[in-house]
Amino acid sequence: MKEFYLGVDVGSVSSNFVLIDSDKKVYKKLYLRTIGQPIKVMKEGMAKLKESCPEDTKILGVGATGSGRQLASIMVGADIVKNEITAHAVASLDYCPDVKTVLEIGGQDSKIIILRDGVVYDFAMNTVCAAGTGSFLDRQAGRLNIPIEEFGAYALRSTAPVRIAGRCAVFAESDMIHKQQTGQSLEDIINGLCQSLVRNYLNNLAKGKQIETPIIFQGGVAANVGIVKAFETELNAKIIVPENYDVMGAVGAAILAKEEVEKKGYTTFCGFDMINHDFRARSIECGGCPNICEVVEILDDDKVLARWGDRCGKWSNTIVDKEKTAVKEKLEKLTKEKILVG
Amino acid sequence: MILTFPHMGSVYILVKTLFDELGATYVIPPKGSKKTLELGTKYCPEMACLPLKINVGNFLESIEKGADTIVITGGCGPCRFGYYAEMHRQMFKDMGQDVEIITIEIDDTGIKGLIAKLRYLFPNKSLLSIANAIVKAFSNMKEADKLDALSYKVRPREQEKGATDAIMNKFEADVLMVTGAKEITKLIKKTQKKLKAVPLIAGYEPMKIGIVGEIYTLVEPLTNMNIEKTLGNMGVEVNRVLTTSHWIDQHILKAGLKIGKRDFEKAAYPYIKTMIGGHAQETAGHTVMYANSGYDGVIQIYPLTCMPEVVAGSILPTISKDKDIPVLTLVMDEITGEAGYITRVDAFVDMLIRKKDKEKQNERVLSRS
Repeated sequence: MKEFYLGVDVGSVSSNFVLIDSDKKVYKKLYLRTIGQPIKVMKEGMAKLKESCPEDTKILGVGATGSGRQLASIMVGADIVKNEITAHAVASLDYCPDVKTVLEIGGQDSKIIILRDGVVYDFAMNTVCAAGTGSFLDRQAGRLNIPIEEFGAYALRSTAPVRIAGRCAVFAESDMIHKQQTGQSLEDIINGLCQSLVRNYLNNLAKGKQIETPIIFQGGVAANVGIVKAFETELNAKIIVPENYDVMGAVGAAILAKEEVEKKGYTTFCGFDMINHDFRARSIECGGCPNICEVVEILDDDKVLARWGDRCGKWSNTIVDKEKTAVKEKLEKLTKEKILVG
Repeated sequence: MILTFPHMGSVYILVKTLFDELGATYVIPPKGSKKTLELGTKYCPEMACLPLKINVGNFLESIEKGADTIVITGGCGPCRFGYYAEMHRQMFKDMGQDVEIITIEIDDTGIKGLIAKLRYLFPNKSLLSIANAIVKAFSNMKEADKLDALSYKVRPREQEKGATDAIMNKFEADVLMVTGAKEITKLIKKTQKKLKAVPLIAGYEPMKIGIVGEIYTLVEPLTNMNIEKTLGNMGVEVNRVLTTSHWIDQHILKAGLKIGKRDFEKAAYPYIKTMIGGHAQETAGHTVMYANSGYDGVIQIYPLTCMPEVVAGSILPTISKDKDIPVLTLVMDEITGEAGYITRVDAFVDMLIRKKDKEKQNERVLSRS
């Protein structure tokens, strides 16, 4: 029988699924585009995982991370729900136990994590500015009609990089157009873009932080050899890109799930059966106060699984209350049985 | 004359006590909400800081409820806030709103001018009874701040999740229903008792985080996303030295009477030697003090474009390194997305927990060898 831990990372651009065995080795990884429909992509991912696994596969635990972690955790019954910083740090520590710096550039955000002696020491996260994230590179590749996979290779062929203003995605784009209209070669412009994005990342996120080796670079953008090269030049150090760079968040979530399940002794995973369920999200506008919160309800057929989005806790607490009474009833029953036995 | 005032955390308890005692007619602005922020953002200059926007939102909501006179503090110097009263005056004029704005401050007219303003606000009241009401109001403010501080200690330790929140929510609703200094004091004391009776998890030692930064953002839950509550429900004990009553003590009483150097000034001295406006000196000083008294981490919060805190923020990494205390900085404005902040705070707490675990492990290894 095969036994695995499942890690799910539902991000803004991609949703990743990873199965690791008890030695934390990646058995299977899936990289899907979220395309704005996390519920659909979750089911699709789980269905694909089920197909690719032997019949007697057993999932020992599930961890969820990413901006859609709450939703993902409800759908699969995650044992642990963790923020992206912790998940990425855990995964890179497992890959390289003495890592000191983690550079992570994803679809819509970028992070820097500084580690010392195997613990996170400092971190910064950029979610406001799109310059330097995967979405922007994607857009530029699309505009230049170059497959995103080859984008980095173009940069490596450059002979004389062009300086592109990288502070802001809008300015970077108009600067690129300007340079292209003056007749600069595509390779040089793309290389210039890579360099300016790296400068922007280091000036904004890494300001005042000590970047020490070993340095790990992960997230979807780590596939871009142009960016990797630019980081190496700018930092004058070797950059390690792990084999599973694109799903490190999910790997971290799976490792965390393993730790959690080993501690508590059981899993809350609801099984692959969830792909047959009809999950829906419904949003209600609460009129209880002038905050007018948009409360989101997650339904499994007609059963309300979770509610969130309210500031006061009026809606989300109703679910907690139900859980509480359920636990209470269970405890009472147990004590009663004990009394009967005793 | 129907008075109103801006919200700033539990300052409404101070003002309510004062106005109740002096028999004034007044409107307490509705608790800050998205609507408050929308109204404020609509009429304020974009680069103004969040507090101004919320103040204006509060006033507009109060005016809707019938208020015609705004009472606000002013003052020369601390930061932009000093001229906000004047800005309000101009803005309401531009909006065509007919409201009167009374600034409680000691300006060029000296103490005489202040007394004249108080007399205008509370006619038929003797100066003695006004002074008496102010004393009572300050005393209630102190008790309300104590109540908040108590909730920060109880929340992470409560056995049943949400018990503290329920008590505090009830207090917020009930306090609006009672009148007069005595009744308010009674209610605060009663709530303090209720909090003390909440069953706690025995032997649980929570993480301790100190909160520093710009005072308005720290005190007003609308601007700090209920940071104390969020952290408390994550099982973290929070401490915040900066409260309204602390501010009154330190800045009006102690500074006014010029009693020696204040503790945070001493602590901040190696990093900031003088007052540079706002609460920059407190931010640096309190971070040092938290580090010295064994806190696990510090969170700095300030509104976007707040100059004194930007300066303090650039000093904090040095203090963090010198004193080995992790610091997280959160900058707030009206387009702040809550999810991003929760992720940061969550990651910060995780980082502290893992750091502490590691330290404990090392201690064990050391004691064994």
